[in-house]
Amino acid sequence: MEHWLVPPLRVAIEAGTPLLLASLGELYAERSGVLNLGIEGMMLMGALTGFIVALTTGNPWLGLLSAIAVGGLMALIHAFTSISLHANQVISGLALSMFGVGLSGLLGKRFVGIPLKTTFSVIPVPFLSKIPILGPILFKHNIIVYISYIVIFVLWFILHKTRIGIIIKAVGENPAAADMAGIDVYKVRYACTIFGGMMAGAAGAYLSLTHIPMWVENMTAGRGWIAVAIVVFATWDPIRTLLGSYLFGSIEALQYWLQQWGIDPSLLGALPYAVTILVLVIVGSSKRLRRTMAAPAALGKPYIREEKVV
Amino acid sequence: MKYNYTFKALGLDFRIKVERRLFSSRFTEAGVSALSIVISLMIAAIVFMSQQIDPLIAYKEIILGAFGSIDGVTYTIVKMIPLLLCGLGLIVAFKANVWNIGAEGQILLGAVVATWIALFQLKTAPCYVSIPVMFFLGFIVGGLWALIPALLKVKFNVNEVLSTLMMNHIASKIVEYLIYGPWKGRTAWGFPQTDLFPENVRIPCIPGTHIHYPTLIIAILSTLIIGIMLSRTKIGYEIRVFGTKPEVARYAGINGTKVILISMLISGGLAGIAGVGEVAGIHYRLRYPWSISSGYGYTAIIVAWLSRLNPIFVIPVSALLGGLLVGGDIIQVTLGLPVNVIHIFNGVILLCLASGEIFLKYKFTVEVKRYGTLVSSPT
Amino acid sequence: MKSIIRNFLPTSYKGNSIKHIRKGVVIVNMKGITKHFPGVIANDHVDFELRAGEVHALLGENGAGKTTLMNILYGLYRPDEGEIYVMNRKVKIRSPKDAIRLGIAMVPQHFKLIESLTVAENIVLSMEKYRFFSHIQDIKRNIEKLSERYGLKVDPDAQVWQLSAGEKQRVEILKALIRNARILILDEPTSVLTPLEKHELFKIIRKMADEGCGIVFITHKLHEVMEVSDRVTVLRKGRRVATLQTSKTNPRQLARLMLGKEVALQLTKRTAKPVSNKTPILEVHNLHVFDDRGTLAVKGVSFKVYAGEIFGIAGVSGNGQRELVEAIMGLRKVEKGNIILMGEDVTNKNPIHLIERGVAFIPEDRLGMGISQDLTILENLILKRYRYTPFSGRIFLNLDYINRWVNKLITEYSIVTPSSRLPAGILSGGNIQRLILARELSSNPKLIVASNPTRGLDVAAINFVRSLFIEQKKKDVAILLVSEDLEELLMLTDRIAVMFEGSFMGILPTSKTNIDEVGLMMAGIKSK
Repeated sequence: MEHWLVPPLRVAIEAGTPLLLASLGELYAERSGVLNLGIEGMMLMGALTGFIVALTTGNPWLGLLSAIAVGGLMALIHAFTSISLHANQVISGLALSMFGVGLSGLLGKRFVGIPLKTTFSVIPVPFLSKIPILGPILFKHNIIVYISYIVIFVLWFILHKTRIGIIIKAVGENPAAADMAGIDVYKVRYACTIFGGMMAGAAGAYLSLTHIPMWVENMTAGRGWIAVAIVVFATWDPIRTLLGSYLFGSIEALQYWLQQWGIDPSLLGALPYAVTILVLVIVGSSKRLRRTMAAPAALGKPYIREEKVV
Repeated sequence: MKYNYTFKALGLDFRIKVERRLFSSRFTEAGVSALSIVISLMIAAIVFMSQQIDPLIAYKEIILGAFGSIDGVTYTIVKMIPLLLCGLGLIVAFKANVWNIGAEGQILLGAVVATWIALFQLKTAPCYVSIPVMFFLGFIVGGLWALIPALLKVKFNVNEVLSTLMMNHIASKIVEYLIYGPWKGRTAWGFPQTDLFPENVRIPCIPGTHIHYPTLIIAILSTLIIGIMLSRTKIGYEIRVFGTKPEVARYAGINGTKVILISMLISGGLAGIAGVGEVAGIHYRLRYPWSISSGYGYTAIIVAWLSRLNPIFVIPVSALLGGLLVGGDIIQVTLGLPVNVIHIFNGVILLCLASGEIFLKYKFTVEVKRYGTLVSSPT
Repeated sequence: MKSIIRNFLPTSYKGNSIKHIRKGVVIVNMKGITKHFPGVIANDHVDFELRAGEVHALLGENGAGKTTLMNILYGLYRPDEGEIYVMNRKVKIRSPKDAIRLGIAMVPQHFKLIESLTVAENIVLSMEKYRFFSHIQDIKRNIEKLSERYGLKVDPDAQVWQLSAGEKQRVEILKALIRNARILILDEPTSVLTPLEKHELFKIIRKMADEGCGIVFITHKLHEVMEVSDRVTVLRKGRRVATLQTSKTNPRQLARLMLGKEVALQLTKRTAKPVSNKTPILEVHNLHVFDDRGTLAVKGVSFKVYAGEIFGIAGVSGNGQRELVEAIMGLRKVEKGNIILMGEDVTNKNPIHLIERGVAFIPEDRLGMGISQDLTILENLILKRYRYTPFSGRIFLNLDYINRWVNKLITEYSIVTPSSRLPAGILSGGNIQRLILARELSSNPKLIVASNPTRGLDVAAINFVRSLFIEQKKKDVAILLVSEDLEELLMLTDRIAVMFEGSFMGILPTSKTNIDEVGLMMAGIKSK
């Protein structure tokens, strides 16, 4: 008999994984100073692409890879307009979201409702999944979830323990100083933005290839925006992103489960957003926290290396 | 400041000169807007062709559908009303350099309060009492919903892009809560929506159409008021100075806090009125959030930008975009194209507008040399 | 071809031929460097030579071209003409990355550090050799070794925002040392240091020079030149005026070279009339003001300005003038001391308070604080008066009146523009200043605070501004004129104070002083 804790926590991880992937990507982009509000569109295009490729080739891995490519491509557009053309990042991101929603809906019309047979199925890890309680929670998932465990560790390591992480942080805090130290600010920002898009694509593919193995129009249902919120909620730190993703994921999963206890799912759904605002307020009001946990100082501002003007 | 980029391609020497402009003329601004529309049309054409549809036929259908018949024009006006109101409100906020992305949520709050009045407070009152009250309270509540992120910005330095975005989601959930929960209609057969508004609290329409003309009148009046306010009043002046250079505004004694709060109040208030209009003029009930706000809050951003933040242009631009939405519905029926094409179109326009900004700040001159002779074309 | 390739190879950090250079060998040679900016020639065929083991001071006023020259060496600017040789090899330095590879390091005047990262992380940032891993432990050990060797005490794990200005500078120096830089550029390094820190810095510089580094020391302070440098190159208005052995020159000669002998001969007619002993319009008592970095920029300044007097503050920018002016205008917080305007204490009141009492402000940063380029000329002109009748009623602006008033002003102040409805950004520098003057002076102020009002203007505009001041003086207006232009100060003012490192070196009646004396004070040397 399963412990009563197991199903909800398992679901929390399962539902939280796409959020984790998308928000980690956005975290890197934002850490380098680029705000990418186009994740929703990139996730949808990733979901559709992954689905189509997996359906036609019968190989979910190809689907995943193509989704990553598509997400990266869309992010390239955002990177070009925001970084090289100094466009307003909010508008550019919103535009790409609109675009992604529209394009995926259009191209996906033919594929609505077709069930996918070749998905990533659940693979219990041989020894670890037998550990009481923790085992089934952590180790009875599909392979993407296991990959996400590794990914978060790697991304945390890169950001906090390597020179590349320092470079990214520097570019997002004080691009002029990074420039002076010989860093190519533009290249770093391009790389991080495209990476963010690739992760969004992967997150979308996760949705259409395992979570709900089929294509439904607008199937991300706002998860892209949740990912943006998670990055803020986590105050731009990868470990807290983990917490946030599973938390938000569990809310999504538990909404209906909690309904039987009389807790209205909608209000619960509003909670994460309200909490995110609260986090913004708390960080903004404390001088000390503003130093350590605030948004990267150059977030949203295009970097223009100007020569001196009299 | 001049920068030069030189490169060779196709046997020719290219040189691109980039020069900082001192100011952008009306022509360049109009040019950027126009070019954005043209590029979007081209991309939309590609999309049409990918679906085996002749783009020219599609354009014809859209234009005729939206503006070619009485029916079409009325539908266009219906869609135009919320775009006009929200676009106007966004112009005020953007002029103050406050990034209000929360129009979508402010619409919903206006809708909520209208429902509250309609179903629970004044359902027996005559319409010339209940409707003005709805509009008034819609303005207030929408304004308050926008005021919250404004206060957070002023007091805690919270980025308004993030906070207004969050407020949108919260507003959406509030509506969901109400329609599934306490306000669920008894006559709704399990659908998540409230009961229909009684006759006396519905906004009257021009007979034979869905044009809820009181809202339209308010919208047009607002355009005049906002236009006058921005160009001829003290507060309008203060908003503009603060929005362009807060340091200079500070020196002149302009109270930045006041500017931010007032502009957000107006911005949210107008969106709230739009919400009242939608729910009491079209749907006559509160239903799923997206059906009410339909992305008007985001499309209004395009309206504001295409109008170059100038109230004069809001009316034609919102009519244009309204017509586009109607056209999208039409081709869904006549050509079997999903309405998503309009989303694509909107997205591309916005992207082009955003990318075009750089041409307002810098002048690009492309020089092409072949065998030493000059063939140049300034942009 | 080989030299090109060699430029691209990363320099090894484990000691190479560069380290064992004999002292005295030329390691940097800049020939004929010319750099234009719109409207001004920043460097005019400048030659500069740096030898191993020497501390070479680069002396000049602001705008002389010292920072520009070094920015070119560090790859931030590209010269329009001229060549650079490092270690006798001709090089093209296109970005700081190239400069770093050549062993050149710069300690900028305004630190370029990432505040939220630690000291060690900031240092790792510029170490190209570490591609991926941060080798934080390695770095920390190196930092400790270097700290001990040169006396640069700093905690590698501290976050930069917590450090004092002096400590931050040490981090910048460590960055250079750890990359084995052999050529170190220090841009006005002492502006943020306490006397003790300055002393330690000089010790460090000497030690580095003794080990074979070539050090460029940019400054405008004469006593520092005398104290720490081996040679000194004087720049003036973009040209190299002289290069001398420090031991063979003296402050007086250097001041002359820095400011230009010709000016001394050109003293124009004094327009001063004796200052009547009325009550002062402006009184400043023992003012203390912090700068943006949290260091004390104004250290106990006191003075009075009387009606009908032009009171000048001379000094090279960066000695606290900006903070002083902003404090007087209510744009910056006063920590200690007070400001009295016509008998009323206005310390820390906001600007509108001062405006209402008849204070006019001509800021030195015209585009940043003076006007809004996107607003129209008309909108800029009414900035100070829009809220009062007859410019506006309770809600509406009185556009008729405003239009007439604006057109009158445009004619009166000769602002060249086809229409008042155009954005102010189209105006040239001179016309922008006319706009600002029109706006400020039309309200009949009692006190004018002007900061570098003629900088960057054409001759006609300069004369216009100066004649306006004289006119206002005749109307008994008190004028506080902060300027780097000694010529101008000597011509216009009744009294001059010289500001150096946050305090007044002295307040002198203009008619009783001369350019040498003022020049020396500007560079930090009190005569007598």
